[in-house]
Amino acid sequence: MTISDSYRKTILTGLFMPMTLFILGAYNGVMQTLYRAGVINQNEVAGINYYQGLTMHGVINAIVLTTFFAVVFGHVTMSHYLKKEPPKWSYKISMVLMVAGTIIDTVLMILGKAQALYTFYAPLKNSPLFYLGTSLLIVGSWIAFFGWIQVYTAWRKENRERKMPIAVLGTFVNFTMWFIASIPVAYESLVILLPWSAGWTNDVNVPLTRMLFWMFGHPLVYFWLLPAYIAFYTILPKVSGGKLYSGNAARLAFLLFLILSTPVGVHHQFSEPVMGQGTKLWVSILTYAVSIPSFMTAFTVGASLELAGRKRGGKGLFGWMGKLPWFQSGNYLVGYFLSGLLLFIFGGLSGIVNASYALNQMVHNTGWVPGHFHMTVAGPVLLVILGMSIYMYSKVAGKRIRFLTIVTIVPYIWMIGVALLSHGLMAGGLMGEPRRTNLGMTYTNPQSDLFNSHWIPSTSMAMIGGILMGVAALLYFISFFATALSKKTAVPQIELPEAEELHEERPVRLLHNMRPWIIASVVLTLITYVPSLQNVFKYSKPVPGKFSTDSPVNETNIHNNKTAADEKPD
Amino acid sequence: MNKYEIKAIILSSAVLAIFFFAILYNLFARKIDVPACIPYDAAFQQSAVKKTDDKHYEVYVIAKMWTFDPAEIVVDPGSTVDFYLSSADVVHGFDIENTSVNMMAVPGAINKVTVQFNDYGTYRIVCHEYCGAGHHNMMGKVMVMPTN
Ligand code: HEM
Ligand SMILES: [Cu+2]
Ligand SMILES: [Cu+2]
Repeated sequence: MTISDSYRKTILTGLFMPMTLFILGAYNGVMQTLYRAGVINQNEVAGINYYQGLTMHGVINAIVLTTFFAVVFGHVTMSHYLKKEPPKWSYKISMVLMVAGTIIDTVLMILGKAQALYTFYAPLKNSPLFYLGTSLLIVGSWIAFFGWIQVYTAWRKENRERKMPIAVLGTFVNFTMWFIASIPVAYESLVILLPWSAGWTNDVNVPLTRMLFWMFGHPLVYFWLLPAYIAFYTILPKVSGGKLYSGNAARLAFLLFLILSTPVGVHHQFSEPVMGQGTKLWVSILTYAVSIPSFMTAFTVGASLELAGRKRGGKGLFGWMGKLPWFQSGNYLVGYFLSGLLLFIFGGLSGIVNASYALNQMVHNTGWVPGHFHMTVAGPVLLVILGMSIYMYSKVAGKRIRFLTIVTIVPYIWMIGVALLSHGLMAGGLMGEPRRTNLGMTYTNPQSDLFNSHWIPSTSMAMIGGILMGVAALLYFISFFATALSKKTAVPQIELPEAEELHEERPVRLLHNMRPWIIASVVLTLITYVPSLQNVFKYSKPVPGKFSTDSPVNETNIHNNKTAADEKPD
Repeated sequence: MNKYEIKAIILSSAVLAIFFFAILYNLFARKIDVPACIPYDAAFQQSAVKKTDDKHYEVYVIAKMWTFDPAEIVVDPGSTVDFYLSSADVVHGFDIENTSVNMMAVPGAINKVTVQFNDYGTYRIVCHEYCGAGHHNMMGKVMVMPTN
């Protein structure tokens, strides 16, 4: 469908800006692998220290890029399926807030005023503006969602007897979950940390802030993932030449995510005091339950691909795989999707290890953890983002993709890179290699007393993978920006490949009504978090503490001593 | 649902059931558990290594920017050690290599695990949560050797 000028500009900004920042995010990723392998034995390179770079890497890649993509892909799916533009106020305000928040955060990170990593754990403190910037980005994404609700309601009135399209359901599920989950983090950032960082309050209950963060932090990872799932269910079957195996299974998978993603955040806190062991076990079980919709997706998407391979003449148990359209520039999206899915098999399996209660003790906060999640967020999630971003950019801008051959091979190079990076990180993690650590200063520096030679092979393996990922990213940027800066050759429009369902299935009432699922989600969240909250207040105390990253001096004390001294009569 | 879907559901449920059984088995039969909660008390802000009897220690560790206090802990081979962990400033990690000890040191809270050291040797304790500019210097040691 053709679109208005302002809608087009909003979508293009939402693709262009995060991709530009991703240059910085990817650069820091590659640098991290060099430091960790002991190739760099310094605190900083080019004015960016390790932890500042890691903060940029986490915030830009995992929060900015993913949130912008979810919003823009949401706009495009809504408009493609409902044949309407969202109200102008919603997409405009949403984009302005998101861009403003991102600029604030980026400037602070570059200035070094925010370098407490993307999880911003208190009592390390960032500039108060960082908490504001991040909140603007999140609230901006809500506003896009409010606009979609309005378009959908209008569409529903005109199309009483039609089913809600699967992609629309997926987007609504994703943003409902996101909305529920970002309330705790908004509270943490705006009510607890901003005033504390600005110096208006001194005490902070650290376990409480951590609990609130992870109530958001886990749904955050599904917020990254669900746009990719939408693409796997509604685009991949079409572009691979098959059909969606079962529409009802797709709907059920999305709705299961809606109920199960918010209550499981405690699985990031198995190694912490304050949460009771009973809560931890319960959450371990719930986390197994969330793997069910992922298993279902593996089945349905796998079956849809098998269908495609057999239609193309594939025979035997595995023959269909070879017949899939690998390496075809006319069909480059397939390469992004398939490479992502291959990585995701291992991302999922390593995730089950993390979820497994006491087994988590083996891997918690070691290199294993980033090893695992680069096979999810830097796997299917990022590959769908890259593939769909250039696809949407070329359609919506009306421009032809430049260097199509490069675009076609990028996902395969990236996939091999991630496999090596993750292998290195995970192997190192099992030997106790810590994550979030500038290993090159000490542990992998032969000049240091802390040198540990066992970690050299694993960190070197991760470095080779990191460099390959860097090469793939560079090639992609060449093509993306050449496309974006080229001349318009076609009429701008919104258009997505649209998969058909294999059979006409009987509609199941429960799968077409989100309300019971939302209620179940809230109930499960309460069952999990009411005891957690009670534990927080039973086992922990707020402490007066405020630290910048470069000094062990407690700033609340400096402040108190100063006022005490000022008040002393002489 | 067709027969393939039913088979896939049975298969994936079976896989999860096996994993789940393994968790319960380790928890109840082998007593491998995650850290426990202790109500916060300022008394834990004092580091100490106490030998409570022949084979049993209580060790109170304070993590701070950028060392562990005590930095070296000496225990007898074969002894059981209760670690009580807290932080004097920001959040830190406490991971003892080649053991199942892996905890977070959170200000305003006390973490606790119990572990048995059977083999002689030096076990590095690595801080694995980012705690500021000197984070990569933050390492301690447990030395398992006869103490007298
Ligand atoms: C250019 C390729 C990339 C390389 C070489 C790379 C490498 C790394 C490494 C080595 C770490 C661990 C650093 C440490 O814990 O000390 C890390 C952390 C991380 N990466 Fe990447 N990465 C890349 C791309 C990505 C992408 C595309 C995403 C997400 C979209 C991502 C998300 C993250 C996150 C969230 C962390 C954790 C940050 C933290 O612990 O605060 N990375 N990356
Ligand atoms: Cu999680
Ligand atoms: Cu530390």
